[in-house]
Amino acid sequence: MNGSDDLNRNRAVDWALMAYIVLAYAFVFAPIAASFVFSFNSDRFPSIPLGQFSLDWYRAIAMDPLVWEGARNTLFVGVIVGVVSTALGFGAAYTDYRYMFTGKQVYLALALLPPTIPVIILGLAMLAYLSRISLSGNALSVIISHVVVCAPFAMAIIRLRLSQMDPALEPAAWNLGASEWKTMRHVIVPFTMPAILGALFITMAVSFDEFAVAWFVSGLNETLPVKVLGFLQGQVSPRINAIGTFVFILSMTLVILAQLLLSGRGATPADKE
Amino acid sequence: MSRDTLVSFEGVVKRFGNFLAVQKLDFEIRKGEFLAIMGSSGCGKTTTLRMLAGLEAPSEGVIRLAGKPINDLPTWSRDTPMVWQSLALFPFLNVRENVEFALKMRGVGKVERRRRAEQWLDRMQITEFAERNISQLSGGQRQRVALARSLVVEPEILLLDEPLSALDAALKVRMQSVLKNLQRETGITFVYVTHSQSEAFSMADRVVIMSRGKIEQIGTPQEIYRTPRSRFVAEFLGSSNIFQGTLERGDRGGIVLDTPLGKFETGGPAVVQPGSAATMTVLDTKTHLATERPSGTRNVFSARMVGEEFVGATATIYLEAPGGQEIRVQKGHDELAGLPLEIGRELFIHWDPSDGHVIAQA
Repeated sequence: MNGSDDLNRNRAVDWALMAYIVLAYAFVFAPIAASFVFSFNSDRFPSIPLGQFSLDWYRAIAMDPLVWEGARNTLFVGVIVGVVSTALGFGAAYTDYRYMFTGKQVYLALALLPPTIPVIILGLAMLAYLSRISLSGNALSVIISHVVVCAPFAMAIIRLRLSQMDPALEPAAWNLGASEWKTMRHVIVPFTMPAILGALFITMAVSFDEFAVAWFVSGLNETLPVKVLGFLQGQVSPRINAIGTFVFILSMTLVILAQLLLSGRGATPADKE
Repeated sequence: MSRDTLVSFEGVVKRFGNFLAVQKLDFEIRKGEFLAIMGSSGCGKTTTLRMLAGLEAPSEGVIRLAGKPINDLPTWSRDTPMVWQSLALFPFLNVRENVEFALKMRGVGKVERRRRAEQWLDRMQITEFAERNISQLSGGQRQRVALARSLVVEPEILLLDEPLSALDAALKVRMQSVLKNLQRETGITFVYVTHSQSEAFSMADRVVIMSRGKIEQIGTPQEIYRTPRSRFVAEFLGSSNIFQGTLERGDRGGIVLDTPLGKFETGGPAVVQPGSAATMTVLDTKTHLATERPSGTRNVFSARMVGEEFVGATATIYLEAPGGQEIRVQKGHDELAGLPLEIGRELFIHWDPSDGHVIAQA
């Protein structure tokens, strides 16, 4: 912090705030860090002092076909959920941006509602509903349920970007001879692209990590978080730490990518033909 | 409709819900002219421009472009490019791609597109910035990009919606001459919406003054300045002293306006009914000051000086007439040199009868 030479700042307060931030992050990340450290520890049980450095647990999960199956399901579901949620979120956000209509507040409230429903309730409801229409217990049911959870995130992210757009930009494109579809392709999408990619990565990350809903509806096509629970119920194994570290790094990579895109200058490479 | 008419508004009305934005617009835009539409905010000037651009549909009436009704033509099928107040340049495209945009949307091939964009980049003197991002340009450079982007399709008409309002004063003046020259050289009809009198009067061939969705006056800057057609226009321009009274036939042939400040002669023809109420305007530059009551004129009264404002080469003297009316006199510094200009001093206001302009409807 280089604010010490700033006339209008109190040094003591600066240090206190700094300490507060460090403590808050330590509280949040300590368990994850512990899991990370123990995933490289040769001991069977997590205890201090640590044993030797070892990649055994990673080797163990790499050899486990069940983990591979879970990872494949997770990835398959996550990618599709990301694409579908982002497409839906874009449509919903653009509708909000472009049109004025009665009941718009209700439309917005409903569109942003799903993440506020407790996941247990949502998972249960999804299971009941999807089994009624014979769609439960497979990857498709996980995809459908995750899209319900993820699309509102995508909408919120893309809506924020659209709100930063000069309201004259779209009519300016029309005025220069672009039809509504051409304007969508050559102006709205390029302008929104950082948010579209951001939404894609974030929704993928949410789908990778989501457990409760997947647990209800996945049936035999368990995603990785559901598999992890299975492991935990059988035995306490440091393999969990290894899987946790792996999933954490994957999710963080996606979120960081999204964050870079969303906070960048918003400049995307020009649309070349 | 004459041969040199490019655009005509025929009984055009625009409503937004219950709000009447534009009422009964009937006027023509001539081929190749620089027309300014001026008025305060909410007067309907931007709505008029947007209807011409096809961004708003008229509620009633017909707009014709080159004789053909264009009411139902979407904006992308009209050749009515607009320069926006915010400029609305595409931030994700560089300068060249912005300029090529309209050609690309019209399906012009890559080589041809590039050649035509190059011409306009050159003409607007922004070739050296062609590969830059919009965010790297100054305000004046952005203006030029916006102009090139609109003019690259070589339209018959260019619409401008207060494009200079974000610039500082010096750059504004420079861009005014760029715009005026560009219009003269290309012969493209410019329709320029502004709230600024100095912009409208310095560039336009004709000025339309709008208020509350109606046209108050159309004319050359000279006509509007010298002979405002209504009290509103005179007050809006703010460069005249305005007197209210009743008309009488003068004993020396002209007409006389009987006002609370005295009976004032005007040289104008007696086009009006004696006894009717009327307004007279006298430009502040044609109003003179004296320390002694001038002889040989009836157009004189005394007023007390209340203030002085320095305006570059001239100064404006503010006085208060009996009854509280504010009087403005604008003069060069040398003309004011001999006068005892002190606050509170009584001075005589006088003017030549031929400088009084009578507006029939009070």
